[in-house]
Amino acid sequence: MMNQSTAESKKKPKRKFITPKTAPYLFIAPAVILFIIFTVYPVIQSLILSFQTSSGGVSTFAGLDNYRRLFNDPLFYRALGNTFTILIIQVPIMLTIAVLLAVLMNSALLKMRAFFRIAFFMPAITALVAYAIVFMIMLDENYGLVNYALSLVGIDPIAWLNDPFWAKVSLIVAVTWRWTGYNMVIFLAGLQNISNDLYEAASIDGAGKIRQFFSITLPQLKPIFLFTFVLSTIGTLQLFDEPFILTGGGPNNSTLTISLYLYINGFRYFDFNYASAIAYILVIIIALLSWFQMKVVGDKDD
Amino acid sequence: MTNNKNKTTTILKKTGLYTLLGIGVFLSMFPFYWMFIGATNPSGAIFSMPPNLVPGDHFFENLRNLNENVGIWRVIMNSLIITLTFTVVSVMICSAAGFAFAKYQFKGRDPIFFMLLLAIMIPYHVTLIPLFELMANVGWLNTYQAVILPHLAYPFAIFLMRQNMRSIPDSLLEAARVDGAGEMRIFFTVVLPTMRPALAAVAIFLFMFQWNNFLWPLVVLGDSSMYTLPVALSSLVGMSRIDYGQIMLGTTLSTLPIMVFFLLLQRQFISGILGGSVKE
Repeated sequence: MMNQSTAESKKKPKRKFITPKTAPYLFIAPAVILFIIFTVYPVIQSLILSFQTSSGGVSTFAGLDNYRRLFNDPLFYRALGNTFTILIIQVPIMLTIAVLLAVLMNSALLKMRAFFRIAFFMPAITALVAYAIVFMIMLDENYGLVNYALSLVGIDPIAWLNDPFWAKVSLIVAVTWRWTGYNMVIFLAGLQNISNDLYEAASIDGAGKIRQFFSITLPQLKPIFLFTFVLSTIGTLQLFDEPFILTGGGPNNSTLTISLYLYINGFRYFDFNYASAIAYILVIIIALLSWFQMKVVGDKDD
Repeated sequence: MTNNKNKTTTILKKTGLYTLLGIGVFLSMFPFYWMFIGATNPSGAIFSMPPNLVPGDHFFENLRNLNENVGIWRVIMNSLIITLTFTVVSVMICSAAGFAFAKYQFKGRDPIFFMLLLAIMIPYHVTLIPLFELMANVGWLNTYQAVILPHLAYPFAIFLMRQNMRSIPDSLLEAARVDGAGEMRIFFTVVLPTMRPALAAVAIFLFMFQWNNFLWPLVVLGDSSMYTLPVALSSLVGMSRIDYGQIMLGTTLSTLPIMVFFLLLQRQFISGILGGSVKE
């Protein structure tokens, strides 16, 4: 069989259309064509839309009008402020818990590590919409389980979803529940890559456990911190499903996020031009922040 | 004496460790338990005081109501068709592209790959509005393909496949060529079978993405008979009289299959969802 096919291909080498030279183009063609239609084109079109206004189905070039309007829009600043408040509070809390959990999970005293890992990772596989609904019901002001539990220790009911302050807290709690285990697993893998020699050397030098944590564990985890930080930042900046379900952006726009504001302008008011401008601001913010984070963490090496 | 003292501190440490992790497990798992409780109880029971924490017998009634309200079987079928089609096709497209980027020299390779990498950083919100207009123009609103097509060429999946395929030895491919195998045949019979673990991880990543995908289906599926699970669930929340038993059953139905798969394939799942960033 083998010899036969070799002989055949030697006999008629020109018959083949797919050669090692043409094959790669064929292999990338479906991906590239789909990518051009469904990513490159919309990204460019969105930029064009953001420089236009339309009325009655006619689009006209409007220069920076949409962006000017955006910078004078109190609701946009509200959305920006809310998103960054959640970002600045939620991401550090979550990553701190994740690192501490990972350190506990890495303890030599621990048995059934696999069980704990499954339990902590489980929230990360639930649908965003599903868990947001479950949280919405648990946080109900009058009948919710959380307020009931608090009443047992003598705390008055909290208006989790109907108070501007607590609504933000609820969002932060929900997002932290969903993503802490996910980040913990990443940190745990990082911890397992730290050489034991470092710790042995440190304990010979008389460094205690806590000292070791700050002078060995944290510095060694730095690249992983960067990775999870960038990932969480990008995720939080795009926060949509949770505020959409939990609070609808309320009360009084206190949980309105950039993505939610984009959606409302695009698909409730059908102002595609304005929504496109919001989208581009989001792109610029994500690009700047990612660049900045890599720069800051990267420079500390020097 | 010192030995005894060491033993006591070890026991103390162990107790502390298990207590802290136990609290964590409780917080992490309780919402799931409570979701199952809600799914088997009538709507009002969820809000009873003190809270009801035992399973009830309303599972089938909730299911019937849920089906009357959103046509849950149809919704589950929509979700399955969209997610499975998407996953299979996307894995093929992304692994073919990943293979080309990893194992061939060709003009334009590096700039094209760089473009794909850049796209990983771009939030998909930017494409939302032009894509919606595009789908509306070709009359594809409320169709499966409108949900499936836009993310088939998933840049991150292409990137992961390329990273993994770099480990395929060139000699293996050369040997197949000497044996007279064409490039297509090499891809299907040599490359794909050796890449099975990576394919599984990427498939799980893509499956989870599409199963949970909410914003785009919400925008492009207006007709309730085409809803996917997340969109149908969110529509239940918007109803004037919310039936919590139904909603909890709906969330259970969207979570349970994934949970079962996760328990069966947890290693592949974790590496898949983390996008191959954790190697074990």
